[in-house]
Amino acid sequence: MSRTVRDVVFVDGARTAFGKAGPKGMFAETRADDLVVNVFRELARRNPSLPLDRIDDVAVAATTQTGDQGLTIGRAAALLAGFPSTVPGYSVDRMCAGAMTAVTTLSAPIMAGMYDVAVAGGVEHMGRHPMGEGVDPNPRFLSEKIVDPEALLMGKTAENLHDRFPQLTKQRADAYAVASQEKTAKAYANGKIQPNLVPVATRSAEKGFGLATVDEPPRPGTSMESLAALKTPFRPHGRVTAGNAAGLNDGATAAILAEATVARDLGLTAKMRMVSFAFAGVDPEVMGIGPVPATEKALAKAGLGISDIGLFEVNEAFAVQVLAFLDHFGIADDDPRVNPYGGAIAVGHPLASSGVRLMTYLADEFAEHPEVRYGLTTMCIGLGMGGTVIWENPNFDGKKA
Amino acid sequence: MTDVPNSVTTAIPQTLADLAIDESLLGDEVVTHAKFQVVPSPVGDFAFGLITLDNGFDHTKPNTFGPKGLLELNAALDEAAAADIRGLAIVGKPFIFAVGADLTGVPIITSRDMARGIAKLGHQVMRRLGDFPVPTFGLINGAAMGGGLELALHCEYRTISSGAAAIALPEVFLGLVPGWGGAWLLPNLIGPEKALQVIVTNPLAQNRMLKPQQVLDLGIADAMFAPADFIEQSLRWAAEVVSGDIVVERPEIARDDTWDQAVAAVRSGLDAQLHGAAPAPVRAVELVAAAKTADADAGFAAEDEALADLIMSDELRSGLYSFDLVQKRAKRPVGAPDKSLARPVTKVGVVGAGLMASQMAMLFVQRLQVPVVMTDLDQERVDKGVAYVHGEIDKLLAKGRINQDKANRFKALVTGATDKTAFSDADFVIEAVFEDLKVKQQVFAECEEVVSDTCVLATNTSSLSVTDMAADLRHPERVVGFHFFNPVAIMPLLEIVRGERTDDATLATAFAVGKSLKKSCVLVKDAPAFVVNRLLTRFLGEVTRSVDEGTPFEVADSALDPLGLPMSPFVLLQLVGPAVAFHVSETMHDAYPDRFYVSDNLRRGVEAGITGIWQFDSAGNRTVDPRVAEVFVQGDAPLTGDEVRDRALTALAEEVQLMLDEAVVAEVQDIDMCMILGAGWGFHLGGMSPYLDRTGVAEKTTGSRFLPKGAASVPA
Repeated sequence: MSRTVRDVVFVDGARTAFGKAGPKGMFAETRADDLVVNVFRELARRNPSLPLDRIDDVAVAATTQTGDQGLTIGRAAALLAGFPSTVPGYSVDRMCAGAMTAVTTLSAPIMAGMYDVAVAGGVEHMGRHPMGEGVDPNPRFLSEKIVDPEALLMGKTAENLHDRFPQLTKQRADAYAVASQEKTAKAYANGKIQPNLVPVATRSAEKGFGLATVDEPPRPGTSMESLAALKTPFRPHGRVTAGNAAGLNDGATAAILAEATVARDLGLTAKMRMVSFAFAGVDPEVMGIGPVPATEKALAKAGLGISDIGLFEVNEAFAVQVLAFLDHFGIADDDPRVNPYGGAIAVGHPLASSGVRLMTYLADEFAEHPEVRYGLTTMCIGLGMGGTVIWENPNFDGKKA
Repeated sequence: MTDVPNSVTTAIPQTLADLAIDESLLGDEVVTHAKFQVVPSPVGDFAFGLITLDNGFDHTKPNTFGPKGLLELNAALDEAAAADIRGLAIVGKPFIFAVGADLTGVPIITSRDMARGIAKLGHQVMRRLGDFPVPTFGLINGAAMGGGLELALHCEYRTISSGAAAIALPEVFLGLVPGWGGAWLLPNLIGPEKALQVIVTNPLAQNRMLKPQQVLDLGIADAMFAPADFIEQSLRWAAEVVSGDIVVERPEIARDDTWDQAVAAVRSGLDAQLHGAAPAPVRAVELVAAAKTADADAGFAAEDEALADLIMSDELRSGLYSFDLVQKRAKRPVGAPDKSLARPVTKVGVVGAGLMASQMAMLFVQRLQVPVVMTDLDQERVDKGVAYVHGEIDKLLAKGRINQDKANRFKALVTGATDKTAFSDADFVIEAVFEDLKVKQQVFAECEEVVSDTCVLATNTSSLSVTDMAADLRHPERVVGFHFFNPVAIMPLLEIVRGERTDDATLATAFAVGKSLKKSCVLVKDAPAFVVNRLLTRFLGEVTRSVDEGTPFEVADSALDPLGLPMSPFVLLQLVGPAVAFHVSETMHDAYPDRFYVSDNLRRGVEAGITGIWQFDSAGNRTVDPRVAEVFVQGDAPLTGDEVRDRALTALAEEVQLMLDEAVVAEVQDIDMCMILGAGWGFHLGGMSPYLDRTGVAEKTTGSRFLPKGAASVPA
């Protein structure tokens, strides 16, 4: 039997609003699995022509897979969402790139003909599951100098990146962060963000139920001055602050993926076509550089150059890590092709959920930019990795902008 | 958006003092807090008010409303009235909307004015939702009963979660009416026929609850959403109602003769069933009848009066007493040994494969889910018994109550044998053979040859001595009475009988098994016929005696109508079977010849093969069975109905007192619980003793009340 590689399309993506982690955050008393369930159900409602029993698999990423993020959350959330019991599911972990990995890991079997339709997502309730909860690093990491002692604290790896690239100053990082806040505020004002947010009833024993419909982290009006005043918690007189990094957040995302002809036959939209993807490892103590080799690999596999990419969705774990990426590829800090709707510095980064948030943004940007043929989503990953997925715009009309 | 009509707000008491209630009396109210938040609409650029009802406990302690909770709700409504919102929604805590008035507060209500004050306060607060300046939405996310459901009914719209359990207006079941608006609002919303079903018929049918789909189909809720994102989807729906994208259409309610006909139909059914013995359903029907023309002011005012009357009625107080018995006392049987003494039961033996035995086998299989082996004298009987159980399992399967796997499992659990060696590894063997002491002693002796030393030997005897049954065994301490009521699957009562030598481990095991069977267990002493059959036999004896003396059948049989019993004495006789009833009367007469009557007429009737006193035509009309008329010889001293009733009640009061003197049960509460759960005597009677107290029969017969005033009656 001969096989042909098939096309994967990104049918639709949605997410909860992102909340601030911690006891005062809007999701403080809301379960992580309930966040996923809300997104699953919204995707099902938004795509009524998809028979749910056609979903071949469900993968949900979470960095901490215990409690309400445990119990094989891909399967558990599918059952809780009312998907037919015939739909299987599993869990994925690649820290910050969890949801991105859920997408790529489900795409391969679609390409190979094993699956037709799949649901990928991610969740991180960093309030209920603080970063590093329950981890037990092997002492050999340090005794054999397999990683630098600072490699496990993400903020310190960001400071290390500043060291490696002295031209990436705090000034540039703060300016990038201010721009991210501004772009987010503008995208909100233009109604770009809201359509893909799933309202979630928030539980609070003290205040009663509420409804989360907008992101909690953004700080519109952030200025260079206000950022300059912030502490540098990872190093005295350092450069990384809460203002030029993503916060600690709660949220969930999910997307429907399908084989291109199956999507068409089922009457589903195809917002993006997957071109290539790659993951790459780097020294863990400078994990923020990960997107560079990952992107080079993905471009090479696609037979594309960086100049072919018309839109970039770069996760903003830290401003410095985005700047390192842009510098490497010779892209200006304020290039309008980069994160047009703003990024994680403003909107938040609930670790394992963010990959699909990037894709959902890119899908909407594609629709807005038919002159763009290719775009990419990329992110840095703890323990020294990067991941990149390159997408083609189905709306591409062949005209130059 | 901010002004609530003054007539509504100003009349509402703002403090407990305004209600003329001393706050110190309310120490126990678990206050359901009303938490108000402004939330963004899921669609459209406006805001909703969202009130969450939450008493701060988990779902095992549901939201209820007392005066403090109502005032909190009122304050939340004030906040909502002042907020910039275009809709107001009200929702419960997880799994619970609200389950009505805080009934633990009723005992402290000692005057009609206080009762009326509470009734009025509920109306004043809740009706604000109906008069609110913006659309209001009741989001029924979980259990909604009584005042909880009424709160939702005051809203302009309602959504219901398809996962909500326990939706009902159960007030009439307890002895109240839906008097916080339900009796007026519901018929105006869904029409009198459906409203009466919910308000009157369901509560009187073992307090039947509504399923969410029924709530939707009846038109009580306007939309139904899945529990997973019920609040979110309800608010989205509400937003579309506010924006006009969804228009809720409700059928026009016909205010013509059909209204009166619906009321008349239920009223005549009530008269036939209760003969006016319970005031609550009658008042409820009156309120629904009046709702045809009454406006809200008049309707709610009438509810206030009805509630005030009923709260101050002995029937309601007896109802609450009864509710407490079946909800609390039944779950913690008084006198039961520590449950840690119970031995595990991993296999059950049933001696006998007749109907009663087969029903028991089915129950053991279904509830304990352990192997159950039935034995009988020959293979044919055994096969019949096993086939009966298999048939019952198939019925559950056909109804969708169990799936095929479960049916396979249950069927594999039940086996039959003609040899008692099949009991060798059983932990609990129960006999249901012929009601004869010698036969039962023989059965237990045979069992003891094969079972382990600790296997419990239980008897389902209804009148024989458990002590005598155990007398000749090597291990008499393992014998216990385990008396079911017919039909076994349905009747909730289990009398657990401690013989003179029954040990605590055996008794604890019996209680544990009874609980697993989901029965309400009562510990009784090894006294003739225990509780229910003793009282019913004494009572039937007096009625039969009156007939033998010359009282017409009709007069005798309807003499107890004012009690609103589940069935008249002779219908009960028919259900039990004249032969069995006669046999028991003889047994009891042997034990207590002075008090228990044996009717020669009934003996002749049994010999003639009668199945009852009455025969019924296809329309349900009764006439005396000609065979009865032929053999019954009546005297010439007829009694009036009142005299028959007085004699029967006096006999019962005497018997109850004797049972207490003999310590057949720990307290009179156990007798009442037995009558409610084993004989179906009504909540309005409080089982038995509250009615005997209320009518003065107890005091006249025994010199004192059974219960202090206030325990199951209006306090002095």
